[in-house]
Amino acid sequence: MRLVVRAAEVTGAERLIDVTGAHVDSCLYHGEATLDFVRRLVDGRAHVRVPTTLNVGALDLLHPELYRGDPGTAERGRLLMDRYRSLGARATFTCAPYQLAEARPSLGEQVAWGESNAIAFCNSVLGARTNRYGDFLDIAAAITGRVPDAGLHRTEERRARLVLRLASDVPAGLRDADVLFPVLGIVLGRRAGSTVAVIDGLAPGQSEDRLKALGAAAASSGSVAMFHVVGSTPEAQTLDEALQHRAPERVDLIRLGELRAARDELTGAAGERLVAVSLGTPHASLAELERYAAMLGERSVHPEVECVVSTGRDVMAAAADRGIVEHLREAGVEILVDTCSYVAPILRNAAGPVMTDSGKWAYYAPGNIGASVVFGSAADCIRSAVAGHVVRDLGPWGGA
Amino acid sequence: MSEVRGLALVLDDGLSLWGGMDPASGRIIDAHHPQVGASLAGRVVVMPSGRGSSSSASVLAEAARAGTSPAAFLLEEPDLILAIGAAVAEELYGILVPVVVVAAEVRKEIEDGAPITIGADGTVRWVH
Repeated sequence: MRLVVRAAEVTGAERLIDVTGAHVDSCLYHGEATLDFVRRLVDGRAHVRVPTTLNVGALDLLHPELYRGDPGTAERGRLLMDRYRSLGARATFTCAPYQLAEARPSLGEQVAWGESNAIAFCNSVLGARTNRYGDFLDIAAAITGRVPDAGLHRTEERRARLVLRLASDVPAGLRDADVLFPVLGIVLGRRAGSTVAVIDGLAPGQSEDRLKALGAAAASSGSVAMFHVVGSTPEAQTLDEALQHRAPERVDLIRLGELRAARDELTGAAGERLVAVSLGTPHASLAELERYAAMLGERSVHPEVECVVSTGRDVMAAAADRGIVEHLREAGVEILVDTCSYVAPILRNAAGPVMTDSGKWAYYAPGNIGASVVFGSAADCIRSAVAGHVVRDLGPWGGA
Repeated sequence: MSEVRGLALVLDDGLSLWGGMDPASGRIIDAHHPQVGASLAGRVVVMPSGRGSSSSASVLAEAARAGTSPAAFLLEEPDLILAIGAAVAEELYGILVPVVVVAAEVRKEIEDGAPITIGADGTVRWVH
């Protein structure tokens, strides 16, 4: 409770409000401090007061043999995951709790979520309300069931102040390509920082997977906790609704050149050499796993390429029921759950080059695991995994 | 709370500590950050804002435990994630890492390497 009150002081809130659920990111081991903290909670017999899901941890508890790092660190990581489970949180171990029907809050619901991509998705795509609850405060909110009445919990703070409009030189084909979304996310994060922005110029009804990719990248290059996409997110049926019927503070154009530059920044490796492909950051949805299997068809991953797909254990179970997991594994794809290939030592040769379709993975992997990265669409990644070298289709980008 | 002192480390871009700082060495590891490689340990980190990952609170607490934490942060806007990381560092280890909000004009006046003192009441003094 001391942490929740401290949070109220920092945010200037006048009161606390109840939350109906929490998503806790504190279960990922970042050193002994993280264990010291949870030990305090366990010793104090704390227990979560609201339904609580857990974010990724340091290792795949269902496939621990995939961990290639120091066994002592793995043990500390596992202990931390167990401790959070013992506080009454569900062992979901996913960064995409919004893919679980029972953990999806509805429009307007007040919750306390950690994990930057989940926060952005919760506010933007579900229209539920959370601030950026970092480690420690997320579990404190789950235990007390309360958060400060501030920031994105309040309607007026959800108003878009910045309009980002796609310029006329952005080709129609790119506007409807999956590969645009992580790149647009990187630009959104840079342009918006922590300001709520609205993106204008995309066809209505964009898929949850595209919006997931957009938000995850935006929350990596910036502190984006909420964005609107006109016609696709629930508080932006129109541009005027996203602005809450007021004038924007700024209107910026996003041109093709800026998008291409952001795309190129995500690629640090030169040439066609490829040692690994990583998909599923944030965790792959059932629809994405289905697509990967369909793209592979009868083909298999090249023997010299390691292809890893990260997903949640519940989504994996649902995919297994449909035969998708077996299909992917037979094609040489490794399925990783409970963690992610850029927070844990999973890849055989992390130095890379590693190809990914994720703006977030491309952003963090060089610092976290020392990987050199090639960014491309999911289709490029699968084609490259099969070919054994980098293949990229620049068609949607106007050929360059 | 007693006084905290350190030399300013002025960062042009906000830094996410998770994915941005190695708590074992105290150095910036974000390959996209213009000051990658710089050491944060014992410095008063002056930046426009925090950024990115919600795990930065853990990294700050771990850096405090490991003795690689910045001495303090000076930001233009409140950052709840850093504030909570600092609160936990104090709660668990009794280590103070003040996170202080200053006006943009003030932040821009502070030069890299300037000795900074943060008083017990949060007042910031530095050598011009």
